[in-house]
Amino acid sequence: MSAVRKEDSMLLQKQMMSDHYDRLASAHDEGRKVVYTFVPGNLNELVRSFDLLPVLPEINALQSGLRKKSGGYIAEAEKNGHSEDVCTYVKCDIGMLKKGNISPTGTQLPKPDLLLLSYTGCFTFLKWFELLREEYGDVPVAMLHVPYQANGRIEPHQRDYVVQQMRTEVIPKLEQVSGRAFDEDRLREMLRLSARAEDDLVWTLESAKRTPSPIDAYFGGVHYIGPIFSAFRGTQGAVDYYTALRSEVQERLDAGQGPVTPEGPMGIEKYRLVVEGPPNWTSFREFWKMFYDEGAVFVASTYTKVGGLYDRGFRHDPDNPLETLADYCLGCYTNLGLPTRVDLIEQYIRDYNADGFLVNSVKSCNSFSVGQLMMLRQLEERTGVPGVFIENDLVDPRYFSAANIKNRIESYLQMLDQKRGKAA
Amino acid sequence: MIDVFVGIDLGSTTTKAVVLDGDGNVIGRGITNSRSNYDVAALIVREEAFVRTRFTLVERSIGVDAGVISALERNLKLQQHLELLARLQEAMSMLAAGPKHCGHAGDLRKRLDDIAAGMEPLARQHFARGATRRSDFFRDLAAADYMHIAEQIADPKHIAFDVLCGVFDAAILAVENLPVEHAFERHIGAALEATLAEHPHCDADGLCRAVVEARREELVEGATVGTGYGRARLPFPKEQIRSEILCHGLGAHAMFPETRTVLDIGGQDTKAIQVDASGIVTSFQMNDRCAAGCGRYLGYIADEMNLALHELGPLAQESRTRVKINSTCTVFAGAELRERLSLGQKREDILSGLHRAIILRAMSLLARSGGIHDQLTFTGGVARNPAAVAALRDLVGENYGPRTLNTSPDSIYTGSLGAALFALRAAERKAA
Repeated sequence: MSAVRKEDSMLLQKQMMSDHYDRLASAHDEGRKVVYTFVPGNLNELVRSFDLLPVLPEINALQSGLRKKSGGYIAEAEKNGHSEDVCTYVKCDIGMLKKGNISPTGTQLPKPDLLLLSYTGCFTFLKWFELLREEYGDVPVAMLHVPYQANGRIEPHQRDYVVQQMRTEVIPKLEQVSGRAFDEDRLREMLRLSARAEDDLVWTLESAKRTPSPIDAYFGGVHYIGPIFSAFRGTQGAVDYYTALRSEVQERLDAGQGPVTPEGPMGIEKYRLVVEGPPNWTSFREFWKMFYDEGAVFVASTYTKVGGLYDRGFRHDPDNPLETLADYCLGCYTNLGLPTRVDLIEQYIRDYNADGFLVNSVKSCNSFSVGQLMMLRQLEERTGVPGVFIENDLVDPRYFSAANIKNRIESYLQMLDQKRGKAA
Repeated sequence: MIDVFVGIDLGSTTTKAVVLDGDGNVIGRGITNSRSNYDVAALIVREEAFVRTRFTLVERSIGVDAGVISALERNLKLQQHLELLARLQEAMSMLAAGPKHCGHAGDLRKRLDDIAAGMEPLARQHFARGATRRSDFFRDLAAADYMHIAEQIADPKHIAFDVLCGVFDAAILAVENLPVEHAFERHIGAALEATLAEHPHCDADGLCRAVVEARREELVEGATVGTGYGRARLPFPKEQIRSEILCHGLGAHAMFPETRTVLDIGGQDTKAIQVDASGIVTSFQMNDRCAAGCGRYLGYIADEMNLALHELGPLAQESRTRVKINSTCTVFAGAELRERLSLGQKREDILSGLHRAIILRAMSLLARSGGIHDQLTFTGGVARNPAAVAALRDLVGENYGPRTLNTSPDSIYTGSLGAALFALRAAERKAA
């Protein structure tokens, strides 16, 4: 078997992740404190402005999934009484903890010095950290409640409410844990770096509007969002990564090339698809192959917006540091109501000239999966573009039924062909 | 020379083939049990459909005289069965001579010969005039006959029953994985002789002439399309493979042009498909991770109740008080079944509940695929089961109001019919 092809930016990112886990491993020895927090609505710049290091449990879980470790962790969590129906990210994390808290790259993960529960869109987060607090004993918890965007827009009182919690709850706890005073200028500087990286990320994601698309906005996209969604937003490292990514994609654009797959450059682009829902991590390549083998490329995805909806215009604003963080938290894809999600996907289908769309539904994720079938129907009605629904999972390898999923995808793509034939 | 267009549907339980002529008329159908060697299953089912095609040619030539031609077909099936029986005996002899049985080879061979000698008259009874068969597959008939005789012949002190079972299991695999070719050409002579003896007053000359012409006719395969669960394993190039969803949609449309919804319940999956006025699929839903409530479920229940699959539906229809079954998990349903039987509930009432449980599951897929707005066509092996059809009719009525429900005795061939139509279209496009 030939070696797996990776873009340079992927290698760079892999190195960044690996360095981060190394830093975490030695953090406590070097006197640095660690904050556990979640991806959607994370306050990375604020955390880092106190010289604290973030640990993101979902990233650990998905990285464990990619590295084929999640199955054993989930079994371990189930041994400890967590049922089959519980979110598999949670079980993977609990299992990893029970097995010694070894990070996906094999280094030791430090215990948390603070659990920063930014509670954005997913109600399981609350229970997840409750479990971690149980496991770790006497760890302080900072709660940040982010109200749901029920009206499809951020109301001023919602922003005020989040800012107020930062002032009265989050910042005091960060000060207490780090032993440092809040430094607003330092935060502004980081937010400036965030905005620069965000510009390049958006440019990259929007390059998929071209035909052929130079990127796969889902299977490639999840790599592209890695640094900005995880521990690197607001750092020079993220700025450098996105500069490199942009020039890499620019080269492919100039050459009229499609995305790079694990088996080399993709063949002719035959289908342009939009996707809703996270990918499966345990059979990531196998899942991707089902699409690129058929010439199907994802041109837009909602999952790449769970850590921020930058392509709708939001940028971190250094002039209003806490307000902009509040807007960021409120605006994440996970915090949007169903009508807003339908509007967004409809816009993607039109803007990216898509032939179809996929709902990759996660069976163990109640927060995100509820309503997806209704979304599918509404989108079909509004756009006339047919959709397909797949049941999948995040990191439980038992739930990836390759033959059935492939069967569905093939049937769907043949259905698109048949419709085209009729139109021709 | 006749151009024919073939569709093959390689399902998890059975493999089906349909042969079309250039005008899109169905001129042949074949069915066999799917087996470990998919290539052979595809070859055998095609051969079966070609045999039937030649009978259609006979019918076209002398006009349909169902009595005589069905006798001819039955007699040919007997010849095919006897040929496989001879192969089975040969395979068993070879196994008996193998190292595994060196301690008792002579004794084993004798008993196997006795079994084989007893199987032949049973085979003739299966295909006698007016006889009904429990199954159309060699494997099923031969296994039942073999076990029946082996039980009497086995002797725990010398050759135990399980040794005889082991020989059969190995031998049947060897027999099933050998292709059969030119069955019509090789066996029609003997079949004709037997038929003329049964029907001494028929127009023997006319029949012989028609048979000779049908035998001589060259069937040219214009195009072939494969579909079904095992389609990726079919020995066809990729462009000749179509998803079974599309094939079931098109096949159902060909059978019932007004249908807009298709429910297919096969061996291991259930599909709810919406089609437009030309039979093009517009949306579909199918079971993803669990095959509960599919055809295999009924097979399992039939085994648990020691019934033949086709006996389940009619028995369920005798129910007057349906038992509510909650479990559609095949394994749990077995437990629930035994529990209910031990409580003294009637078999027919339990079966009625099981059929409703299956259809309830299908109703969820139908709803998810977009509901039933117009005619619904029920296809796949389970559509042959009258209790499943009745449960579907009730539940569709309860959920959607009065709707036309189409079923056909040929519903098991819907996917292969769709595939054959795709083959015909591909050939027409190529010609244009």
